[in-house]
Amino acid sequence: MADNPRQPKLMTGAQMVVASLEKLGVDVVFGLPGGAIMPTYDPLMDSEGVRHILVRHEQGAGHAAEGYAVATGRVGVCMATSGPGATNLVTALYDAYLDSVPMVAITGQVGASLIGTDGFQEADIRGITMPITKHNFLITRAADIPLALAEAFHIASTGRPGPVLVDIAKNAQQETTEFRWPKQYDLPGYKPTLRPHSRQIKEATTLILEAERPVLYVGGGVAKAGAAGELARLVDITGIPVVTTLMARDVFPDDNPLAMGMPGMHGSVAAVGALQRADLVFAVGARFDDRVTGRLDTFAPMAKVIHADVDPAEIGKNRVADVPIVGDARLTLTRIADALEGKKLPDISVWVEQLQEMRKTYAPGWEEPPAGELSPQYVISRIGALAPDDTVFVTGVGQHQMWASHFLPHRHPRSWLTSGGAGTMGYCVPAAMGAQIGRPEATVWGIDGDGCFQMTNQELVTCALNGIPIKIAIINNNVLGMVRQWQNLFFDKRYSHTDLHSDQYPDFVKLSEALGCVAFRVTQADEIDATIRRANEINDRPVVVEFVVHKDAMVWPMVAAGASNDDIQIARGMAPDWGEQAEDEAVGAAGSGEED
Amino acid sequence: MTSTHILSVLVVNRPGVLTRVAGLFARRGYNIESLTVSPTNDPQVSRMTIGVDVDSPSTLEQIVKQLNKLIEVHKIIELEDSAVTRELVLVKVRSDLENRSKIVDTVGLFRGKAVDVSHESITIEATGGREKLEALIKMLESFGILEIVQSGRVAVNRGASALAAKSSRNGS
Ligand SMILES: Cc1ncc(C[n+]2csc(CCOP(=O)(O)OP(=O)(O)O)c2C)c(N)n1
Repeated sequence: MADNPRQPKLMTGAQMVVASLEKLGVDVVFGLPGGAIMPTYDPLMDSEGVRHILVRHEQGAGHAAEGYAVATGRVGVCMATSGPGATNLVTALYDAYLDSVPMVAITGQVGASLIGTDGFQEADIRGITMPITKHNFLITRAADIPLALAEAFHIASTGRPGPVLVDIAKNAQQETTEFRWPKQYDLPGYKPTLRPHSRQIKEATTLILEAERPVLYVGGGVAKAGAAGELARLVDITGIPVVTTLMARDVFPDDNPLAMGMPGMHGSVAAVGALQRADLVFAVGARFDDRVTGRLDTFAPMAKVIHADVDPAEIGKNRVADVPIVGDARLTLTRIADALEGKKLPDISVWVEQLQEMRKTYAPGWEEPPAGELSPQYVISRIGALAPDDTVFVTGVGQHQMWASHFLPHRHPRSWLTSGGAGTMGYCVPAAMGAQIGRPEATVWGIDGDGCFQMTNQELVTCALNGIPIKIAIINNNVLGMVRQWQNLFFDKRYSHTDLHSDQYPDFVKLSEALGCVAFRVTQADEIDATIRRANEINDRPVVVEFVVHKDAMVWPMVAAGASNDDIQIARGMAPDWGEQAEDEAVGAAGSGEED
Repeated sequence: MTSTHILSVLVVNRPGVLTRVAGLFARRGYNIESLTVSPTNDPQVSRMTIGVDVDSPSTLEQIVKQLNKLIEVHKIIELEDSAVTRELVLVKVRSDLENRSKIVDTVGLFRGKAVDVSHESITIEATGGREKLEALIKMLESFGILEIVQSGRVAVNRGASALAAKSSRNGS
């Protein structure tokens, strides 16, 4: 029956939620129901456009929405009930906030008349999530639902992306009223600046044309803007070397001769050196995080800074920018490339060769493990080597994450998912699940730690039941490795409460099988490749491979927290050799900073 | 050395906005020196006058930028040094028949007035800039102050230019 346009369409608020999601093009929602959201779950059952994935813990729904968002570039959606359901989303919202992931969380709330009375499962989730969401709403009337959802998606996905929470009171879900899809938003206070200012572009090109030792410092903003192509073009035109932060490892292929790798605390010598010795740092979608800069007053001491970011508040927050550019990373890179195209660029070949030499000499590597034990770095590099070209890699947080950043092949955009700003253990399994749903054709490999895995592995059940064939490699070093590494270096080897005894419990193979996965345990070097190949072939259910590795492997290089990046160590007590010229400069730089 | 700046912030008139603004200050470690919130001639819009103590111009810049990111914030201006700023103070002073007229005379010099009188006390109302009110309070101290209530600042730039909310709406 055709809709009569003159007859207003009456719906319950719950039906409006589902209709709005359909109108917004949402194809999947990750969630778990409960009293206050049940009205919305009812029409969700009949939705043809929106698939619902029932998770085992709401944190999993949140990270899955993130994984879906990062892997596809679309807004990820999760849903939970009020109170504990909503608070279980908090970690994921915070994670998405720090990593600028576009995500909308819909939560049920107790009826409007109960709000404020400490009613059953009432939590002020709006108040709780205010500091960790880009925006949030509390909706108490059905009529407000369509506009709130339209605005939520708009806010989540534009400007600097981020999570938005829409908390909907139960009575609003139950009320029946007219469904009106908004023609415009009511957001006078929200107008992100996307177009970079011409004068700033001009000033930036002037600096680039004068620079002798320029470097591109590329961050997650470039990934979020889908600007890998524009970046590649700019690098093609200028030949400027590129460092990619942990969040941006997939936006510039590592096998490009101008790729210097990851900067920062566990960055490559070439990337850290490039920034420390540059005379121009062109930061795009990067925020001078302390994990990148080390001690701020000694960071890139000789460099002028061009800082391009869609969030004006990031510019000048940590490091003064000589040229600030507010705008979308894609537009900015395009405009700069256009301005430089055909211009005579300075000869920076000496600088580039120097860095390439550093890259070769100090390529991240590892020491051989004790006889008979597996090296975690080797395992990770084999997973990378045997992974199909279109593989999406997801990580947990810890040593294995840093090794995954260094030793996996990073070739394609939207193929690297990791928790950077928050460093959330437990991100890997659910984020991999979300990525696989968004990209069913891709192979999805999660590299997880034995500690991280024990936080959210229950989502493997969700994967098993829904035929989501993610592959998880547990890098089982028996300990909370990254914490142990710091204990080793800074706490006199006093290993306080970092031994997980994963060699006793759980039995990861049995556990994974119980969760519905195919599972393998690898303890011998000569089993590694064959097992990875078998895992690659399984496509109808999740696979877990436990790699039992030695526990004393360390992540190198390393800059100690709060130290200057000039003091990067390639192994305990070992500094890279910067060559004569660099030493003079390093002395100059150290002299200008205050002593600890 | 910190310095105080006054921000005029137009925000949507909705529940939760004050929490959001105050929360932003708290979370990022900025200090609110004074804060007033009040309706404007547009019922949709409220005006916050926020005095902030900052240790450097870049902190002030960060505050303004972070506030600007809040979706409920329509517009922010930093008021000029020459802006007209006013506070209201109510001072309850210990007073008997003997010194009452002396107090009223003193207050008259500041163009304040008595708003309540009892056998043991007198309550004074005065408005003005911070320095004037401080001077008044100092004068009243010798009589014995029982209680002071002071409003936050309200402030407006001199001249004809006015702070109005952006009226344009975003298209969808
Ligand atoms: C939720 C959470 N809790 C604690 C930490 C602190 N933390 C960072 S890395 C790490 C150890 C991770 O251990 P594991 O998963 O075994 O990985 P490994 O470092 O051994 O590779 C811990 C506890 C964190 N990042 N997130």
